[in-house]
Amino acid sequence: MSAHPSTYEPKTGIERWLDARLPIVRFAADYLDLPTPKNLNYWYTFGAILSVMLVVQIVTGVILAMHYVPNGDMAFNSVEHIMRDVNYGWLIRYIHANGASMFFLAVYIHIARGMYYGSYKAPREVLWLLGCIIYLLMMATAFMGYVLPWGQMSFAGAVVITNLFSAFDQVIPGLGTAITTWLWGGFAVGGATLNRFFSLHYLLPFMIAGVTVLHLWALHVPNSTNPTGVEVKSKEDTIPFHPYYTVKDGFAIMAFFVVFAWFVFFAPEALGHVDNQVPANPLVTPAHIVPEWYFLPFYAILRSVPQKLFGVLAMFGAIAMLFALPWLDTSKVRSMRYRPTARWFFILFIFATIGLGWCGGKEPDDMVITLGHTANNDPTGFSVTWLSRILGIYYYAYFGILFFLGIYEKPLPVPASISTPVLGGSAMPAGSVAQAEKKG
Amino acid sequence: MVDTANAETHPGGEDPSRRDFIHIAAVTGAVGGVAALAWPLVDQMNPSGDTLALASVEYDYGKVPLGQQVSIIWRGKPVFIRHRTPKEIAEARGDDHAAMPDPQADAARVKNPEWLILIGVCTHLGCVPGFGGGAYGGWLCPCHGSVYDTSGRIRQGPAPKNLAVPDYAFTGPTKVKIG
Repeated sequence: MSAHPSTYEPKTGIERWLDARLPIVRFAADYLDLPTPKNLNYWYTFGAILSVMLVVQIVTGVILAMHYVPNGDMAFNSVEHIMRDVNYGWLIRYIHANGASMFFLAVYIHIARGMYYGSYKAPREVLWLLGCIIYLLMMATAFMGYVLPWGQMSFAGAVVITNLFSAFDQVIPGLGTAITTWLWGGFAVGGATLNRFFSLHYLLPFMIAGVTVLHLWALHVPNSTNPTGVEVKSKEDTIPFHPYYTVKDGFAIMAFFVVFAWFVFFAPEALGHVDNQVPANPLVTPAHIVPEWYFLPFYAILRSVPQKLFGVLAMFGAIAMLFALPWLDTSKVRSMRYRPTARWFFILFIFATIGLGWCGGKEPDDMVITLGHTANNDPTGFSVTWLSRILGIYYYAYFGILFFLGIYEKPLPVPASISTPVLGGSAMPAGSVAQAEKKG
Repeated sequence: MVDTANAETHPGGEDPSRRDFIHIAAVTGAVGGVAALAWPLVDQMNPSGDTLALASVEYDYGKVPLGQQVSIIWRGKPVFIRHRTPKEIAEARGDDHAAMPDPQADAARVKNPEWLILIGVCTHLGCVPGFGGGAYGGWLCPCHGSVYDTSGRIRQGPAPKNLAVPDYAFTGPTKVKIG
């Protein structure tokens, strides 16, 4: 699985016996011994954080499924039952609900890290694409999970998201309606929809786990990138994964858990919506519908386009751009540390995405800058919709900019190896580095 | 990294027990944390608050005629409330000193001899015995053939114990509270 030769030597008879039949210990030992670039910073710990979050979500999710009832008449009450009656049910549910947010927080940092350090570039395109697939699966899982409590926001969310597909009626009349009817299992979102969402919400995390295995496999062929973007040239450029990165990742996981625990114990509903404390009612939609925070940038893009079909396409396109990124970025230099112009466009891209998220949480007619008032005393000026349009256009433009920037940009000199910038130009005696590797 | 190498290559440098302390403290903290987190994940499978709140039931047995019984549910299990005939009571008392796996006098199993109240769960493997089978005028378990007499005592078959008597109290002229 990994490109580096195995260093595992079974010591006992039982280990040799097992190794000849199922080399699982060899697999784990090689994984831990993997030579890893020695200059990985804390942005590189989010992969490990995400692995832990996936386990947290699956464990708490399997437990919640022991108490939850996927039935339109009983779902809401079963969630209340979890919160009030089940031993520590409140804790497990708050971990799961806030865990979804933490999962997305970590994945966005993980994606941004990959974009900054050029992790998507050859020979890691498949690794990147698998990551994009995981992200899509995460979005589907999170959306369906949000529907399960069967509150007002759950219901409205299910209605809005499934109705995105009704835009296909503008391509072939009747097609969108056929798709939505099929998704709902009825003429509207109802009990049948809830049941299938529960089934898929249970299935998809295991698909995420499966694609994660492929993601790690694809990672261990070329191995990690690093902040310099220069490939590993010699043994001096690497340190064993264990103990160096197990400890570093472990520390990052602990720090991340502090933030996670703060939400779970001190602000468990901060990222939720009060309307979801009201049981689903197909006769009333809450006045202010917003998705969960991690979907807000895409929601803002959707709303900023005045035409239904193109709005939906613009939203999905924003995610599709990520898939195309390895072929859109033409620069030969991997890390933006050595791309002075691209770096600024990247920072702007991050601000644009966060800005879109802010827009998604506002009403479209809210004003960013109020210039005056209409006769009805409604404010006029620069609206959230217009800001969304500008930021959305920049979001897309970034990928085009990368295409041309690769041709015109003059990158900074790239170091000859990972060790060169770390050791200040002249390599230290090889012995001193090798000695450090041996010690725990 | 460099400090590590120094500590071990230069014994006069740092105190090695300091490192041991850090290791032990870290592992202890981790084990404690994992245990604290694991307990809620285990405890959630125990009966929830609303299940525990249903710990007792009341029943009006006034309509149960002589020689009949009702089965009611208490904590998810069947409870037999049997209105015994004088003949059944006499048989039960007559066998008080007979040889049986779990000897017990009939008087110790009832508060009012006319009303026999039992948990209807076979003490072998948990099936519900049916009344009217077996050689002792009482219950026969359909699963493995355990035979209980008119006091619910085990007389034949693999069950080790008599049918259990739940905690109960007569709360009114025809009312019983179980649990």
